[in-house]
Amino acid sequence: MTGNRVSYTLDSTLDSVNKAEEISAQLASKAGFDEDQCQRISMAVREAAVNAVLHGNAYDPKKKMTVTYENTGGELVIRIADQGRGLDLANIPDPLAPENLLKQSGRGIFLMRAFMDDVRFRALNPGSEVTLIKKVAGGASATKEESK
Amino acid sequence: MTMKASTRQMDGVTVVDLSGRITLGEGSVVLRDTIRDLVGKGSKKILLNLGDVTYIDSSGIGELVSAFTTVRNQGGELKLLNLTKKVHDLLQITKLYTVFDVKDDEATAIAAFTK
Repeated sequence: MTGNRVSYTLDSTLDSVNKAEEISAQLASKAGFDEDQCQRISMAVREAAVNAVLHGNAYDPKKKMTVTYENTGGELVIRIADQGRGLDLANIPDPLAPENLLKQSGRGIFLMRAFMDDVRFRALNPGSEVTLIKKVAGGASATKEESK
Repeated sequence: MTMKASTRQMDGVTVVDLSGRITLGEGSVVLRDTIRDLVGKGSKKILLNLGDVTYIDSSGIGELVSAFTTVRNQGGELKLLNLTKKVHDLLQITKLYTVFDVKDDEATAIAAFTK
């Protein structure tokens, strides 16, 4: 751990998903988010971690998931990276489209975007990384937004 | 908290009382197995009581959708009862609130099943 940034390298298991979720809830609470926001943040992290472990690393014991948490003062920034095949964002269907409403899967990224202020994707070699950003109330970034 | 499911019969309706987390892994499997078991035994009217469900992730939402379509494809009906605010909000933003028949009162929910 360095300053306000902490990183975990985790196995591709559901226990790791639960751990990433629990840590995010703790850090979000520490950053001053209320209970509802903590749950939304931890759920976004859970969805990203599930994607990393299940769709990215496909539970491969040789592949790891890396979760990095950073409080910049203005934002809580959480990065989840996997070592899988990568993500094809162009082929992700809209879960709100009538033809997709009754599909069993495909809501993870939608929920991340619903619960966070910004969600970014980046291709790695190998794998992919998702960055989840939530503005901290009263933080430098939030103050900047409010003053616009 | 692991998920638990218990069933009871009320006026021809199978009420499934769920508690805990419906998430990828054990929670989703418990719900899936419960619904398969009930449908396999011929239950056509199923009321899922989510009053003690503390958390649902996207896999859990998918499992609820799967339960709904499984029962419907067998000519049955599945309704939801006692959503917590968090689960209610989740179904709202995923536009599933309009798909499911959601009730707040058990007696009303049971009466709403086709006779």
